Amino acid sequence: MTREEIIRPENKVYARPELLTDNVTHYCPGCSHGVVHKIIAELLAEMNVADKTIGIAPVGCAVFAYNYIDVDWIEAAHGRAPAVATAASRLNPDSLVFTYQGDGDLSAIGTAETIHACNRGENIAIIFINNAIYGMTGGQMAPTTLLGMKTATTPYGRTAELNGYPLAITNLLAQLDGTCYVTRQAVHTAAAVRKTKAAIKKAFQNSMAKKGTSVIEIVSTCNSGWKMTPAQSNDWMAEHMFEKYPLGDLKNE
Amino acid sequence: MTIDGQRCKGCDLCVVACPTDVLLLQPKEVNDRGYHYAFAANPEACIGCAACATVCPDACIEVYRVVDRGE
Ligand code: SF4
Ligand code: SF4
Repeated sequence: MTREEIIRPENKVYARPELLTDNVTHYCPGCSHGVVHKIIAELLAEMNVADKTIGIAPVGCAVFAYNYIDVDWIEAAHGRAPAVATAASRLNPDSLVFTYQGDGDLSAIGTAETIHACNRGENIAIIFINNAIYGMTGGQMAPTTLLGMKTATTPYGRTAELNGYPLAITNLLAQLDGTCYVTRQAVHTAAAVRKTKAAIKKAFQNSMAKKGTSVIEIVSTCNSGWKMTPAQSNDWMAEHMFEKYPLGDLKNE
Repeated sequence: MTIDGQRCKGCDLCVVACPTDVLLLQPKEVNDRGYHYAFAANPEACIGCAACATVCPDACIEVYRVVDRGE
């Protein structure tokens, strides 16, 4: 059988999701954001909810998420996505509302909004991209930065004495009564991508079923900020990040 | 599988993900945006597993598969 005979529409098993726009993303080559965008676009189409989805975009690298996934979006002030999502979901109870936030947005400037939205049990899904660094502004230390990790603002590595300890905020969120599903995933291998997709699907289903807040942390890479190649970043993440941020469900009710 | 070479950013993640070493980055040639894009250097070895497409952050890869029932 020739290649031409195989490359026919009826044989297609993996297509570019239709909800992704034709825009080329501004993300660096190999950035985890693209993979997560793709998963969201696939799921919203598969679950047939694109028409009633409202995404809340953060401040950070994903600030332009609304250019890439063709659903309704609101751009929130830095860290305030869960507060905006609260309003969106209360005023539009039939909508699927999710936030898409990085670690600087969710676990630094937006800590109060994050904790209180989860504690109120808002019917939203929070997708949390944790790459342990402020990517957009040039790789400064974030609350999630690992001890010893070199960043623009910790050139000799983060120390507990000077900078405090890395914050595993997802563990805190799992303690709150308002959260129904809290999990930590990654997208560095095809198998991990499939698990993350299942996790985000569950979160979206929980929101639609009004079960409370779901939090999906996705341990991610920032190869530009980490100053490695994308493939090296994935290896480094598996070796170092998963120790502090182990993968798996923290809460599943 | 097919690769949208213009959309590709040459990140190499599909090359690493492929279990049968089908893919490589262009050693010299670049696309319009200056990236050494991925291509199927060894297309005969492709088993249509879609690992490459699953990990591609820019959704450049589409995968086609036929089941050979030996008929
Ligand atoms: S479909 Fe599987 S075997 Fe074929 S190029 Fe992609 S990763 Fe390799
Ligand atoms: S994973 Fe996608 S963007 Fe990266 S080299 Fe392969 S085809 Fe290009």
